[in-house]
Amino acid sequence: MSYTNSVSMDDGNMVFNLMPNADFGYKVHGDPFSTNTRRVLAVLLEKGISYEPITVDLKTGEHKRESYLSLNPFGQVPVFEDGNIKLCESRAITQYIAYVHSSRGTQLLNLQSHKTMATLTMWMEFEAHQFDPFASVLTWEQVIKPIYGLETDQTVVEENETGLENVLNVYEKRLQESRFLACNTFTLVDLHHLPNIQYLLGTPTKKLFENRPKVRTWVDDITGREAWKLACDHDKSWFGK
Amino acid sequence: MAGIKVFGHAASTATRRALLTLHEKNLDFELVHVELKDGEHKKEPFLSRNPFGKVPAFEDGDLKLFESRAITQYIAHRYEEEGTNLLPADSKNISHYAIMAIGMEVEAHHFDPVASKLAWEQVFKLFYGMTTDQAVVEEEEAKLATVLDVYEARLKEFKYLAGETFTLTDLHHIPVIQYLLGTPTKKLFDERPHVSEWVAEITNRPASQKILQ
Repeated sequence: MSYTNSVSMDDGNMVFNLMPNADFGYKVHGDPFSTNTRRVLAVLLEKGISYEPITVDLKTGEHKRESYLSLNPFGQVPVFEDGNIKLCESRAITQYIAYVHSSRGTQLLNLQSHKTMATLTMWMEFEAHQFDPFASVLTWEQVIKPIYGLETDQTVVEENETGLENVLNVYEKRLQESRFLACNTFTLVDLHHLPNIQYLLGTPTKKLFENRPKVRTWVDDITGREAWKLACDHDKSWFGK
Repeated sequence: MAGIKVFGHAASTATRRALLTLHEKNLDFELVHVELKDGEHKKEPFLSRNPFGKVPAFEDGDLKLFESRAITQYIAHRYEEEGTNLLPADSKNISHYAIMAIGMEVEAHHFDPVASKLAWEQVFKLFYGMTTDQAVVEEEEAKLATVLDVYEARLKEFKYLAGETFTLTDLHHIPVIQYLLGTPTKKLFDERPHVSEWVAEITNRPASQKILQ
């Protein structure tokens, strides 16, 4: 183990393994297979923070019923509870946790200056507005629809893969200059991509990531993180808790 | 002093989001016109400013940004002490900030996709000599109505979306709302008393008037 200035993956993992689970009484209403729920779990696990998982049964439409709508009027998971504060929108929740617990576990922000934070915010917007629209449709068509017995629409897949390729071309250039998207350390920006990327790696869309060397390395790096692997393990991260 | 520059189009909703923020803060800036009709935003040299080929692009000294909501947030933080405060009144209170952040996400993921489609169909298509697709308008208006019902309930309790003061959350809505007020979709805002009041408040602000010129 070398103690150089640059943060290596080993450093990140070692910090994680040593971090005891801190309990702030948090609750997460969601579904362990939902991309948006996993986005939130990933941050809690990176920070070594425990939470009470409360399953919302998406298959029976629980999230659209009155009892759930009082938690989130948009009828979506996840909802995060911190005492009497209820937060929805996964990317607002992840930012909340990253700020409140900035000094705990993995550092997910880049708080050095207005400039570094502006760059990080900008890349979070890219994920949300450029990457996610294509990636989430591809996940829906190829992963979720089959679970509900619906048929994948190949035309939609092709269209959205074309859109995603354009985005990944920009990412490929970016990753030549920077080890991770916002800066040289893993941040919320990279984390926000994980849920859709993980599902897409199990579909033919995988090739789009593999065909671009820098993107491929980045995908391997971020999907290989211990906290992320835990987030995807529904026994450890949800049902077994 | 290198100064602030916005590369965009004065009529573009995303560009206006950035301009609004600069006006609220009384900051000097230069608007560099990008001719969207000629596809200038999809060609060099604009592409080296924003490889996604969208306006606006932004510069403050040697900081280069794009994505209007990243630009507005940068301005709101970097120039916190100037002009209107666009962050929650108690800026150190993270819970209040989180409430504003949720509002920003809701605008971006629930309101804007629908509202932008309606603006595109009823306003921008006409600029380009195309025809409005009424079926799309009906579909999207139904979705917008659902979102505005949530806003109505929210605005019963609070004067603005994130609390008692005007914040970025409200500001992000203004450009698209301004366009929709010139279309039949206006009725959806008028029909909901608290939403209607909120719309009047935010569109009557001096900065909101400035971007229409």
